[in-house]
Amino acid sequence: MSVWEDLSGQAPVVEQLRAAAAAPVPNHAWLFTGPPGSGRSNAARAFAAGLLCEQDRLEDRGCGRCHACHTVMARTHADVTFVATEKSIITIQEARELVTKAQDKPSSGRWRVVIVEDADRMPERTTNVLLKAIEEPPTRTIWLLCAPSPADVLVTIRSRCRAVSLRVPPVEDVADLLVRRDGIDPELARAAARAAQSHVGVARRLAQDEESRRRRDRIVRLPLGLDGVSAAMVAAANLVELATAEAASSNEQRDAEEREMLLRSLGAPEKGPLPPSMRSQIRGLEEDQKRRAKRSVTDYLDRALTDLLSFYRDVLMIQLGNAVELVNEPLREDLSRYAGSGRPETTLARMDAVNSTRKRVTTTNVAPLLAVEAMTVSLL
Amino acid sequence: MTPPKQAAARANAVSWRDVDPAPVVLVSGPEEYLAIRAMDTVRAKLRVSHPDLEVTKLDAGSYTAGQLAMTASPSLFGEGKLIEVSGLAAMNDDFLTDGLAYLNDVAEDVVLVLHHGGGVRGKKLLDAVKAAGAPVVDCQPLKKDADKAAFVSGEFRAGGRRIEGAAVQALVAAVGANLSELAAACRQLIEDSTTAVTTDTVEKYYGGRVEATAFRVADAAVGGQGPLALSMLRHALATGVDPVPLVAALAMKVRTVAKVAGARGSSAQIAKEFGMQPWQVDQARRDANRWTEEALVRCVRILAEADAQVKGEARDPVYAVERAVTAVALAARRG
Ligand SMILES: [Zn+2]
Repeated sequence: MSVWEDLSGQAPVVEQLRAAAAAPVPNHAWLFTGPPGSGRSNAARAFAAGLLCEQDRLEDRGCGRCHACHTVMARTHADVTFVATEKSIITIQEARELVTKAQDKPSSGRWRVVIVEDADRMPERTTNVLLKAIEEPPTRTIWLLCAPSPADVLVTIRSRCRAVSLRVPPVEDVADLLVRRDGIDPELARAAARAAQSHVGVARRLAQDEESRRRRDRIVRLPLGLDGVSAAMVAAANLVELATAEAASSNEQRDAEEREMLLRSLGAPEKGPLPPSMRSQIRGLEEDQKRRAKRSVTDYLDRALTDLLSFYRDVLMIQLGNAVELVNEPLREDLSRYAGSGRPETTLARMDAVNSTRKRVTTTNVAPLLAVEAMTVSLL
Repeated sequence: MTPPKQAAARANAVSWRDVDPAPVVLVSGPEEYLAIRAMDTVRAKLRVSHPDLEVTKLDAGSYTAGQLAMTASPSLFGEGKLIEVSGLAAMNDDFLTDGLAYLNDVAEDVVLVLHHGGGVRGKKLLDAVKAAGAPVVDCQPLKKDADKAAFVSGEFRAGGRRIEGAAVQALVAAVGANLSELAAACRQLIEDSTTAVTTDTVEKYYGGRVEATAFRVADAAVGGQGPLALSMLRHALATGVDPVPLVAALAMKVRTVAKVAGARGSSAQIAKEFGMQPWQVDQARRDANRWTEEALVRCVRILAEADAQVKGEARDPVYAVERAVTAVALAARRG
């Protein structure tokens, strides 16, 4: 399977990237933008594989079968550096190290590729360090930056980059991918894709993990039980606990998958002990995973708040008489009753409360529980 | 997915305090301090029955094939053997293989204690150990104050010393953030005192701690004693206490009052529901009389604001925490 095939619902982007990967000298800086779940970093990774693919025929680049494609997809290719911040922001120190690394010639491939998965988590001072390197990069280095929207990176960086805009894939496309790639029952796939609001990774998890579905359901139902301060405080504690549990269980699954993928790409023996060189690679992966786990609770809390937001979004749609397709279709009856007891202005104010909490939780290091409590008492 | 195994694991579950030696004992879970205590318990009990116990420690991560069988092989004089294997969370494949083989051929007069810190590595072995009926000590972090209080009570009971309920709470508030520190504090108080331990004793030993100071400020504010709260706050800030734990302590107090405020039922029922002690519920209910729902909503929001401010959103964190203390004390006076 070629590296392009998993970029579901992104046909124009695939076409753009395939052409670029086949060009003799591609642009040296790219900015991948799109909402969470649209597959920004997956697209960047596929592009890196396309750039380094060993196939001679240009139209075969990104074959998904050669050693270069395999190792890029497994995040172990020596010439591809992935920068995903485990803290909430990329520090100046990290940026300097990156710039130094970007000066190196590629060791085996045609290009050295640096993928910054959270370019939006760079403060301005840090960006300035990177800017110089992106302005005058060494001839064999290509930068791939990812961010939710172009507005999330400084205009000076943006203007140096070729833009790749991913869209929110339609629910049908996400559902199709789940059916085709993961062998999920079509009806379940559709429900999951809708509940995940087209976030591919979340949809797959919801479809495959019953516990995860149950947790999401409890989060979405939270507003139905808010009948006083005491209930609001309990709801806040539950929400944080559900997000933490989801983070832990989802990390466990992803960690195991990544390990398996790495073992396969290293060509590890089926049985018996691993040679020492492989063991150290595995250890490196495990350390990365541990660091990532620290940040992921915040990410899953953000996800939980997004789910909560979908409740009010549905309520608003009903109040405005535009409830054709609800994100939480199975809850329609409850949602209608809730919608009938309030006004759209109140619903909008509640959505603002959820959104400002999301912002606070993801961009500052406030105590998550307290921030969520302040939100739930504002939802009363 | 596999109910029989899960049922077996639950049936085998023992607490770290009560675990007895067995041919194979599994100690698993992320709270390392409890794991150490569980292993201490097994070792101590074995030493009683086998004064000449031979103890061997192995690391499952750097294990070499055959080590386990060799260590477990009968010794010349037939003394008891204890093999403690740590680091199962990072076990290598040799250990996995040998561990599985050992389960089918358990050595006589040997107690094998396995410590797995969590994660999926070696799940096959863990499942096999559980299925074989070995006792399993689950070492989860003590998150709730009620669990930490139960831990303290257990330590004092085991140490044969009495401690007042309020003193347990004061101790948890003062040093409860870290379990091994809490355990060390218990040991010190048990050893140093001759009568029942009171809040005064705890205060004398651990009162200077940041957490204790912060909780006293919060107690005064939530109790509506504004001037007292502010003067204690100024003193705390003057002695270099960081505003961050001060806001956290205020939030914890207000949280307790807010949870209890609307809750119906007996103190015992509420305590169980929210993971608190009954006397804590009674105190929070007394505090709650001074509060209206609106005041609670306002204060929770002010505290969240203050938390953001003391963590960098505002230029003057001292002003932010003073404002929060004042707001809480004023809100508590109304009603
Ligand atoms: Zn290839």
